[in-house]
Amino acid sequence: MATAVHGPGIITELEPFTPGHRACSGCAEALAVRLAAKAIGNNAIIVNATGCMEVVASPFPYTSWRIPWIHTLFENAAAVASGVEAGLKSMEKKGKTPERNIKVVALAGDGGTSDIGLQALSGALERGHDFVYICLDNEAYMNTGIQRSSATPYGASTTTSPAGKESLGQITWKKNMPAIAVAHDIPYVATACPSYHRDLMKKVAKAVATPGPAYVHILSACPTGWRCPTDDAIKIGRLAVKTGTFPLYEVENGQYKLNLNLTKLEPVGNYLKMQGRFRHLTEDTIKEIQERVTQEYNKLVALASKSGEKASPE
Amino acid sequence: MRKVVKKQVLLQGNEACVEGALMAGCRFYAGYPITPATEIMEIMAEKMPETGGVFIQMEDEIASLGAVIGASLAGMKSMTATSGPGFSLMQEHIGFAGMAEVPCVIVDVMRAGPSTGLPTQLSQGDVMQARWGTHGDHPIIVLAPSSVYEFFELTVQAFNLSERYRTPVILLVDEVVAHMREGVILPAKNSLEIEERPHPTVPPEWYIPYADPGTGVPPMPAFGDGYRYHVTGLYHDVRGYPTVRTDEVEPLIHRLFTKISKDFDRLQWFDAFETEDARVTVIAYGCVARAAHRAVRQAREKGLKVGLIKLKILWPFMRRTISGILANSQKVLVPELNVGQISREVKRVNESRCEVVTLNKVDGTPIKPAEILQKLGEIYS
Repeated sequence: MATAVHGPGIITELEPFTPGHRACSGCAEALAVRLAAKAIGNNAIIVNATGCMEVVASPFPYTSWRIPWIHTLFENAAAVASGVEAGLKSMEKKGKTPERNIKVVALAGDGGTSDIGLQALSGALERGHDFVYICLDNEAYMNTGIQRSSATPYGASTTTSPAGKESLGQITWKKNMPAIAVAHDIPYVATACPSYHRDLMKKVAKAVATPGPAYVHILSACPTGWRCPTDDAIKIGRLAVKTGTFPLYEVENGQYKLNLNLTKLEPVGNYLKMQGRFRHLTEDTIKEIQERVTQEYNKLVALASKSGEKASPE
Repeated sequence: MRKVVKKQVLLQGNEACVEGALMAGCRFYAGYPITPATEIMEIMAEKMPETGGVFIQMEDEIASLGAVIGASLAGMKSMTATSGPGFSLMQEHIGFAGMAEVPCVIVDVMRAGPSTGLPTQLSQGDVMQARWGTHGDHPIIVLAPSSVYEFFELTVQAFNLSERYRTPVILLVDEVVAHMREGVILPAKNSLEIEERPHPTVPPEWYIPYADPGTGVPPMPAFGDGYRYHVTGLYHDVRGYPTVRTDEVEPLIHRLFTKISKDFDRLQWFDAFETEDARVTVIAYGCVARAAHRAVRQAREKGLKVGLIKLKILWPFMRRTISGILANSQKVLVPELNVGQISREVKRVNESRCEVVTLNKVDGTPIKPAEILQKLGEIYS
């Protein structure tokens, strides 16, 4: 039986990521980290790349992390996580530290993952370290003030892809990071969104339990950068999923599985029109985006149909 | 006749840098966002398309300077801007640009390091990195503005020097100068002298890419101009092909140095303030020179014979200028926002002629005029 992707139920009171951090109001990424931390549990070491979550979780002189946490550089979360994992393994093997099955989890934003950190990530996935890499994707460099990244969607206006007379904003399509992770033939890849909290926690827990490298790509709305009301982050996340812009799926040992059974996609315009970063888009561009979203979604459906697993209903 | 009123504009340092780059003819920018240099990139994202140039956001700083070097070889005046962590990533490319003699301009808006350090706070900690960051012996030109207008002016000069000597030029700016806003009057277009890289005048079949024409700076065609051209970071002979011959390796590195060192006389850029009869001279650069200027004025009001030398060019170090100061002063004071980087150089040049006193601050805040004034009072005798 397929489990519901969201719904009532008791969530653990465990809070490895505590409140009091300094994320902007309405930040869905902080929620994503909180939920992920609940699923990761206390027996873990977090390796955090430079980015929003590093900055807001460690304002002088506090930290939001109740578990060991390393802030490294911008480009190397996966590389440092590799070292922590290999180092722990070696220490355990030599009997210098007891075997406690400590989990190593790397956190990085979309820039730290798909731009500057891609080389380190690819290396770590290829070497097969037993760790989890979580990409917290808010679709631009929000920490330095909303500059485009390669995860910024087509048409979005940012400070380095400004929309105007000569440009419609970002002119390239969002880099497909989960597909890049899948191409490394790793045991577990998943996409998640804090608007579907049960699904997110389930996937992170599964990633943690998976031996070998696992990659979880979490889309989280950023009201500051997406130019939307601060109380709309959850709603926008839902729409990203329901319009097929950001489908929820898992890839276990190469087998694709869609987690939500969307019989009919909502029009992508519903998602775009809620956000100021897309306000300049013409109907023609929206149509173009719709075509791309439908096409990409159908590709996923085709991949998932091969595995034959049923998705849960909304 | 109608009187032409020059328009004063309120500019941020980083904005002035972009204005300078545009005036110098920069039409290619590749970069990666980083505080406190991001404004340069954001403004370039708008200005480059407007002026027929190219703006590319790259995936990291390594790629940024790589693209800048490529564009420069293709014939464009190119630049990038970054801060400490990104500057560290760029080092290998800086060495390449020096070795392959590719003109390019790199702005480093310094923030307190090492590592991520204090991303939004102030430092002058990259002075030695700008000099020696990339491996191997190499010449480098490093400029340090201390006001918004100077940031504009030195950006233009950075391009000029870079084109003239076919060398990477670094603009070392502190966060205060980059983010402060001042009223400036920008000179009219075409009123500044803009230099272009020497271009070969011989037909392509006669062209020898790295032969010294006497100036030390070989003419440089753009890719696609019809000249066959082999570019490498390996030691190369005059035709650009890799070599390990001792009679080719050493002349190359010497030429790279002497093409700049032969012009040391032209590269003494400083402002002197009340130095004629000064018993104690302050040597400062960047925002610290501003505080020092005020401190020197206040000290003069008190009757102390003190002066200030404001360095606009840090590397190559202005040995001639500083030697003169050291010969005529009893003491020099070097206030800096690091643990002592230019002061080491001053001491080296000093050769024990006079007493070199340092005033260092590394807590992310500026050195105040009062602190310099107090120090001047302490050491004045």
